[in-house]
Amino acid sequence: MSDLPKPNEFIDRIDRSIPRTGWMDTPIDIRKGMYCYAANPKSVEYVHLPNAHAWNPVEDDWHLPENWKEIIHEGFKTRLERFRSFKVFMDICVRCGACADKCHFFIGTGDPKNMPVLRAELLRSVYRNDYTTAGKILGKIAGARPLTMDVLKEWWYYFFQCTECRRCSVFCPYGIDTAEITIMGRELLNLLGLNIDWVATPVANCYRTGNHLGIQPHAYRDMLDFFVDDIEEITSVRCEPNYNQKGADILFITPSGDVFADPGTYTCMGYLMLFKFLKEKYGLSITWSTYASEGGNFGFFTSHETMKRLNSKMYAEAKRLGVKWILGGECGHMWRVINQYMDTMNGPADFLEVPVNPITGTRFENAKSTKMVHIMEFTADLIKHGKLDLDISRNDNLKITFHDSCNPARGMGLLDEPRYVIQNVARHFYDMPANTIREQTFCCGSGAGLNAGENMELRLAGGLPRSMAVKHVHDKYDVNTLATICAIDRAALPTLMDYYLPDVRVTGVTELVANALIMPGEGERTTNLRGEPLPGMEEEEE
Amino acid sequence: MNVNYMYSLLAVVVLFLLSYLGVKAVGLEILFGILFPYLALITFIGGVIYRVMDWAKSYVPFCIPTTCGQQQSLPWITPNKIDNPFTPGATVVRMFLEVVFFRSLFRNTRNAIREGKLTHEWEIWLWLAALAFHYSFLTVIIRHIRLFTEPVPFVVQLIETVDSFFRFEVLTDVVQFGLPAVFMSGLVLLAAVTFLFVRRILAPHVRYISLAADYFPLILIFGIAFSGIFMRYVSKVNIKAAKELTMGLVTLHPTIPEGIAPIFYVHLFFVSVLLAYFPFSKLMHMAGIFLSPTRNLPANTRAKRHINPWNYPVEVHTYEEYEDEFREKMIEAGLPVEKE
Amino acid sequence: MNDRKYILTGLVIFFAIVTFPFWYNLGKAAPGPDIKLTEKAKAAKTCVMPTSYMRAEHMQLLDLWRHNVVRNAERVFVNTEGKEFNMSLSNTCLDCHSNKADFCDKCHNYSSVRPYCWDCHIENPKEAK
Repeated sequence: MSDLPKPNEFIDRIDRSIPRTGWMDTPIDIRKGMYCYAANPKSVEYVHLPNAHAWNPVEDDWHLPENWKEIIHEGFKTRLERFRSFKVFMDICVRCGACADKCHFFIGTGDPKNMPVLRAELLRSVYRNDYTTAGKILGKIAGARPLTMDVLKEWWYYFFQCTECRRCSVFCPYGIDTAEITIMGRELLNLLGLNIDWVATPVANCYRTGNHLGIQPHAYRDMLDFFVDDIEEITSVRCEPNYNQKGADILFITPSGDVFADPGTYTCMGYLMLFKFLKEKYGLSITWSTYASEGGNFGFFTSHETMKRLNSKMYAEAKRLGVKWILGGECGHMWRVINQYMDTMNGPADFLEVPVNPITGTRFENAKSTKMVHIMEFTADLIKHGKLDLDISRNDNLKITFHDSCNPARGMGLLDEPRYVIQNVARHFYDMPANTIREQTFCCGSGAGLNAGENMELRLAGGLPRSMAVKHVHDKYDVNTLATICAIDRAALPTLMDYYLPDVRVTGVTELVANALIMPGEGERTTNLRGEPLPGMEEEEE
Repeated sequence: MNVNYMYSLLAVVVLFLLSYLGVKAVGLEILFGILFPYLALITFIGGVIYRVMDWAKSYVPFCIPTTCGQQQSLPWITPNKIDNPFTPGATVVRMFLEVVFFRSLFRNTRNAIREGKLTHEWEIWLWLAALAFHYSFLTVIIRHIRLFTEPVPFVVQLIETVDSFFRFEVLTDVVQFGLPAVFMSGLVLLAAVTFLFVRRILAPHVRYISLAADYFPLILIFGIAFSGIFMRYVSKVNIKAAKELTMGLVTLHPTIPEGIAPIFYVHLFFVSVLLAYFPFSKLMHMAGIFLSPTRNLPANTRAKRHINPWNYPVEVHTYEEYEDEFREKMIEAGLPVEKE
Repeated sequence: MNDRKYILTGLVIFFAIVTFPFWYNLGKAAPGPDIKLTEKAKAAKTCVMPTSYMRAEHMQLLDLWRHNVVRNAERVFVNTEGKEFNMSLSNTCLDCHSNKADFCDKCHNYSSVRPYCWDCHIENPKEAK
């Protein structure tokens, strides 16, 4: 980040003027800071994806197989047949431009090829050339162009500048979803082994160890044990979790990012405390799994097939352990996969029961087929029925705003549950402006596998609209806490905040819950989960 | 240099000359008045059906609605039934609002970075122009049923009456205008199509994304509207003869009556071209909106399993394989295993 | 697939709407109305203006007449040949064209035109009942 300009210079630099040459004639410049490193061939090889090879995006030769055009052509055709979304979206765009300035990457970069419509046109131009009569006859006049190496590079560059956040789709009069376009574009690139390493290696890790970070079972336990010790220090209660426990009531699955890095770790501690509380008070047994130790699914950023392969572990493990249903932690795209794909891909989950919260008796009718409940739905239900003992004054020093994660917002509609939870565990909550939250929420800019270090400029550009919205409530209400329900957010937003708004911290919602949660048998709590003094305890600390 | 609109303009000028000279100089009334309209209609109907069936052949493997509001979850949380439809009925309502009122486009905003801040404003003009364009076009089409039916249905007459409700009658020494009665829809159509065209040319980003295929239909529709308005209010085409021709077409007794000015054939040819062009162009959005999987599916995927017809088995990493690799470490860490 | 039936239904509706004029007029031959001239009109040979002009512009002419009579109290129309006429729908036009139903209405009905002349000129005094 040292070579990046100051935020105000960064913002001033954004230039929305369009190039003199038409977009087909404007060559791409694969620029440092904007792209992620190429996939490690070993990772691609490990999951048996095609054409694993070493290559470098900035070199001329990408070492593709000789028949690469044929592979793409065939792959394109197959996908047009398999996905009506793809085919219809190739055909019906009228280029009205409503989507153009809805993309966070366009806002942050001003690059016209980051307008969703042009991102899709990158594929459409080749589609017209290969599959439509008009394109075949009229060529460029009909907006068609043949697939060349430059076009392929353009695909790669721009499909890895999209976080599949679906914001453009909200505004499209035909519901054209750039996430679908990008998913297909990335599937095609993956046929040639052209993934990015920040996606490919987590995929390989997840396949092998059950989680993206490649944490092996014993290490996974070690890491959670650390949290158990930390929690004991703060609350004097030991929150030992269950691992791979057969016959537990509920299997809990959350992104491994929360096991690994701050501030997600505090959210993870929050889960441990919440489950301990429920076990002590109501006898609910919840187990973690080391085999299915990943909620997120970077397969989703690779191909539908890879997504299915990684996702299969959730049901397989639930079946093996004989639990009643599955509870899912705070994660963004994980919930798009669970909500819209899992049951279709790996269901039916007829070995599970319709989720019922045994403490409140609530039957989660909305999850009766997939049998997986979001921790926010679960916690909101507990709070509504008064089943949690909360001391919300412990969060009094926090002025909180909530960042709706793209996928739970636009691929699910989980909007009010987290707000309900936050407002019941803390006193000061302020929503960001209406254009930037709920279904119109702005992406963190690092989703869909783009949370790497080498593409920092891209990430800061993509996160700009979100940061500006946070700045708005920061300036207006002194907001100092950005709550979120996504592990990528918890990894990406702190970087953004460090850059744009250093005095705003990022937190998971369950961390807030755990801070307020009065554990059975706890000692006097003087600090929050981060070891910082609780409001009113500052004196005693000194 | 963006020459896309010049190509389109040129194409429409050529079409004009073809039909005008074809009728005026060569006398090809039968071609432009009978053959082309029939061919165009067949192409239109056949083409649209073909394209839709072609889409229908592709599978809908996943249920992927874009949710634009609160989901249905806990009974005490109010769901947004329309923008996050849980039932097929609600999905129909969502689609209805989408098709009839362009609900998604209505949300349109415009943003800009001003003084280091990102500002949003509501941008209603595109929505308004789009709505004006489509509804005036629809009204114009319905009004034209008077030329294709005998007797003219009451509904059509009613729409004509409403459409000509405002009487723009101008009578000065220089200009006399307003008889026959002025139909609002024609003028609105002309204004809207002009707005959409000018917007494409003047808004830099929209110009940047526009293809010849975006300008062509606009210019063609402008030509249709303009020639129609010209015939009605200025050149006063022989309406009785015109209707004899159109009635001939729909009663399958085609005829070329005497005394129809060439401009009528130009108008008819433009319409024929639009019809024939329709199935092969972006104008298919008319049908496509109904098949858009992000809008036409209910958002109840956790409650009701969506079936993927081609859901093939995939290679997975089983628990057994996992335990085989990590068994010793697991035992050492006190994690339960299947095989000791 | 399970949405085939909805798509086919949609296409049937589309087809029905687009072909509406064909089946609405099924079995009807609808020739345009013949304009019948009264003996008096035939005898006069020409109208106040040439026939081609009258066919296209009669509504404008009547509008002008009304304006001149009502606003300017001018009652005399001089045509291009210098002939003078009383500017009156009832007394001049309908004097020759006393067969309103055959002369005016047929054509107006055919082309679905509803002129508001008859809003005021309720009864034609010259027309034989």
